[in-house]
Amino acid sequence: MSDLQLSVLIIDENRIRASIIEDGLREAGHTRVQTIYDVSEVARTITSAPPDVIVIDLENPKRDTLEHFFSLSRAVRKPIAMFVDRSDTRSIEQAVEAGVSAYVVDGLKKERVKPILDMAVSRFNAFSRLTRELEEARSALEERKIVDRAKSILMQSRGLGEPEAYALLRTTAMNQNRRLVDIAQSLITAADLLSP
Amino acid sequence: MSLVSITAGFLPLFDSVLLVVAKEMGFAEGEGLSLALTRETSWANIRDRAALGHFDVALMLAPMPIAASLGLTPLATPMITPVMAGLGNNAITVSSELWGLMVAAGAPDDLAPKATGESLKAVVKASSRRLRFAVVHQTSSHNYELRYWLSACGIAPDRDVEIVVLPPPLLPEALKSGGIDGYCVGEPWNSVGVETASGHIATAKALIWQNSPDKVIGMRADWADRNPAVVHGLVRAIYRAGEWAGKPTNRSAVAEIMSRSGYLDQPADLVERALAGRLATGHGSVTVPDFYVPHASAANFPWQSHALWYYSQMVRWGELPSSSAHADIARACFRPDIYRAALQSLGVDTPAIDMKLDGAHAEPYPVPAAGRDPHGSKRLLRWRGLRSGSDRCLYRAPGAV
Repeated sequence: MSDLQLSVLIIDENRIRASIIEDGLREAGHTRVQTIYDVSEVARTITSAPPDVIVIDLENPKRDTLEHFFSLSRAVRKPIAMFVDRSDTRSIEQAVEAGVSAYVVDGLKKERVKPILDMAVSRFNAFSRLTRELEEARSALEERKIVDRAKSILMQSRGLGEPEAYALLRTTAMNQNRRLVDIAQSLITAADLLSP
Repeated sequence: MSLVSITAGFLPLFDSVLLVVAKEMGFAEGEGLSLALTRETSWANIRDRAALGHFDVALMLAPMPIAASLGLTPLATPMITPVMAGLGNNAITVSSELWGLMVAAGAPDDLAPKATGESLKAVVKASSRRLRFAVVHQTSSHNYELRYWLSACGIAPDRDVEIVVLPPPLLPEALKSGGIDGYCVGEPWNSVGVETASGHIATAKALIWQNSPDKVIGMRADWADRNPAVVHGLVRAIYRAGEWAGKPTNRSAVAEIMSRSGYLDQPADLVERALAGRLATGHGSVTVPDFYVPHASAANFPWQSHALWYYSQMVRWGELPSSSAHADIARACFRPDIYRAALQSLGVDTPAIDMKLDGAHAEPYPVPAAGRDPHGSKRLLRWRGLRSGSDRCLYRAPGAV
């Protein structure tokens, strides 16, 4: 093993996120990075190339399996410490908030591992941000469709123009202290109920 | 009065019922607590988030606070429990292939642990490969009771079979795909294994060791020290939740609450069967007395003798060396003193002793009771005051606590 290069194993069922983390580590100059998608492959991987740092997402239900495997494994020497340094609670907090869990072979210096974890944390955060933005864009589109449908109901049934229909929805929402899309949805539901 | 917020983590298991009922039926609110429940995906997450303070309290495997206090697990942090989440609830389920072999070797259909284990031993001896069993976590009641049962039946856990770890919801699928031959888990995952993976329930925890501990409401020791009033309120809320959930007339209401998608997300009748101890085994129906005990028999009392039993099993299976310092740490993780202090205002009986002998009673028996002392200065001892459940067990290891 090279003195400079730590070997990193990424375990993530989400293939896109896994590749985002792997790319980040490679861009930062880490060449010894492996990725697996299922904890059950870990036995083979660890035996053929023992990692120094293991990064796994917190939502992975097989963390218990992984920890038990460590306790039996001779390839990954016991004890396995979680995160770099227990006294560094801020780092641990940041990692957990981002959804990252990491295992580090005991005895490694904090300075050597911290950049790897920081990279994993920032990539996890970037991935959640992307997912959230996508979700927001999707729901904004959904909401627009609902408002458009409510507008056209008003335009047809009350003979209003588009701006007037929109203004009526908005005023009603403001008066009732509710969201525009909720008023629109109620209108659609009511119209569906009343339609022959 | 504004409510104090408490965040609690849990896994989708039937014995999260006391936390859930404490919230849903208003027992927590009655104690001035607003209980926010978060469903987690692994015991490791429960442990880490409790250690980091994301959760104030959590449904934990009973050995978890002990393992954390003894430094056996990552992020080791001193943890305690002042109240148990009931007794029992586990069973051992095997694949239909293994069950077929066990029946041929004489397995009975009534879940009797000794005869069932002997048939398994015959299968293990004759098998050309090592059978693989799964438990939910290394430091779990499931791991220790599976090993206890196997050993009592003449099967050496680490030599004759393989024991792996998988989270509860993944067990039925693993059984079906042939990845494992059997597992020990809490309900509803045995019944789910019978219904969806052609599994057979071979025996139950309550038959291996009746009225035995399994889960606790665990918390960081320093958090409990800093928030005594909140901890007392929580103990009372859990006690009342147990009292309510233990009434047979409330069974269908409990089943309805637990079956909701945010909790177990399983059919209500399956949940109700666990409450009644009526198991569909895959080859018949067996009613197991005391299958899950939410409240009766002092089920919520944290016996320090139970903490020491877990410690003895950690030593037995080589997880840590035996020492009187370790034993003291393990024992102090279970806090009967907090339980008694919390319940004093309710005027109910609580055990006056911290330790008891298990495995010696075929019938419920009285333990000395403390409580109902209006002045709080001197505890009353009443030898007939409180019944502890019968605790028949399959086998008691020489020298075990």
